Amino acid sequence: MTPFMTADRPTTPDRDHGSTDAAVVLEAAVVVMGAFPALAGVDLDVRRGTLVGLRGPNGAGKTTVLRLCAGLLRPDRGTARVLGVDVADDPAPLRRRVGYLGHSNGLYDDLTALENVTFWASTVGAGRDDVDAAMAAMEISDRLRDVRVRHLSAGQRRRVALAGLVARRCELWLLDEPHTGLDVDARDQLDRLLRAGADAGATVMLSSHDLDRVDAMVDHGVDLVAGRVSREVRR
Amino acid sequence: MSTPPGVVATARMIAARDLRIEWRARVVTNQVIPFAAVNMVLFAFAVDDTGALGRLAPGLVWLTVMFSLLLCAQRAFAIESADGALEALRVAGVDPVGIFLGKATALAVQLFALAAVMVLAALILYDLDPPAGGVVVLVTSAICATCALAATGTIYAGLAAGVSGRETLLPLLVVPVVSPVLIGATRAVEAALGTGGTAVADGWPWVGLLAVVAVASAVVGALTFGSAIRD
Repeated sequence: MTPFMTADRPTTPDRDHGSTDAAVVLEAAVVVMGAFPALAGVDLDVRRGTLVGLRGPNGAGKTTVLRLCAGLLRPDRGTARVLGVDVADDPAPLRRRVGYLGHSNGLYDDLTALENVTFWASTVGAGRDDVDAAMAAMEISDRLRDVRVRHLSAGQRRRVALAGLVARRCELWLLDEPHTGLDVDARDQLDRLLRAGADAGATVMLSSHDLDRVDAMVDHGVDLVAGRVSREVRR
Repeated sequence: MSTPPGVVATARMIAARDLRIEWRARVVTNQVIPFAAVNMVLFAFAVDDTGALGRLAPGLVWLTVMFSLLLCAQRAFAIESADGALEALRVAGVDPVGIFLGKATALAVQLFALAAVMVLAALILYDLDPPAGGVVVLVTSAICATCALAATGTIYAGLAAGVSGRETLLPLLVVPVVSPVLIGATRAVEAALGTGGTAVADGWPWVGLLAVVAVASAVVGALTFGSAIRD
């Protein structure tokens, strides 16, 4: 079993599409923030096991799409089905199957890398084998395992956070600007790890301002402008 | 397929993690306890009357613990919000009841240790000599009071965690709510130390009140914490 393989959970047939192929289906999804429509009618169909890049300028709605898929927001109009679960009804069943990394990593500075990953793994009852496999998959060396994360670089912290998602065997990874703060080598390494995750069956959705990088790495590119999908490219 | 932990296992996991972090960061031992000790010493200088200090000691101890609660509760949620961990816990579907119980337990352990140090400091600084049998009331009331303070502090610190100006908001929210605990704990310690002209046995009704407040705070926290930490 590869460390990226998601937990052995029964897949729920997507009622709207009659298959288990769709990881995310948004139909005319509208999310209003105050008086401002952060999403103004987004249609999106993301297949399982694909690497999806959301691109667009600030305020285009990338983060809102990711937070909607994580169950942190509900659509004001339209529908949002994630892993077969309607987010508008009750996102709770979704929670343990989705890993969301926003602009922060969700790490505890005074715990070591190993303790952080072990903690996040234990939130779903995953064991030491899952933790070891995740640490190896994210290329976290034995030397780094026992270092408190406050002493790690931005790239190393990102890898520790991703190891937490891998150890939890999340089916859907939602990463908001994962390349931010990383140097070129760390970005390349991150891209390689995300690709490996998608190849092993996880669905990976990430947002980025870096158009060239996203173009080069994703299976499905989505351009957002002013809360709408302006262009989609599938490979 | 792995089984997600239940409420008790989640609480144990969160409490162990918080205590480990505090043990490493040593904020309680290096900052909060010295702050509390300085308060006690300053009271001694300000009052400068051993007899009066003896009578005031129980109130001073619990006032100091209450101030320290504000620091500890802020700190308990600062570690969650520093790198977005609280949001990550919500997204991961970690049971909010387990989070509440775990964080409140860790906070109660820290406050109990602090209260023990403060009572010892009061015995030495204010020249007190507790009567036989007072120790049981002292320890029992300290356990109940720290549990009540920890539960209340966790609820409001969680509520304030996502709000700007939380440092000033938290005292405003917590201090009025914990006043029954402050009064009950003070009366119980007065009885235990024999400083209020009362017998040791007179402390037990106050211990009962503290126990009721502790249980009620824990129940309210368990029921409301999920909503409190929501955006």
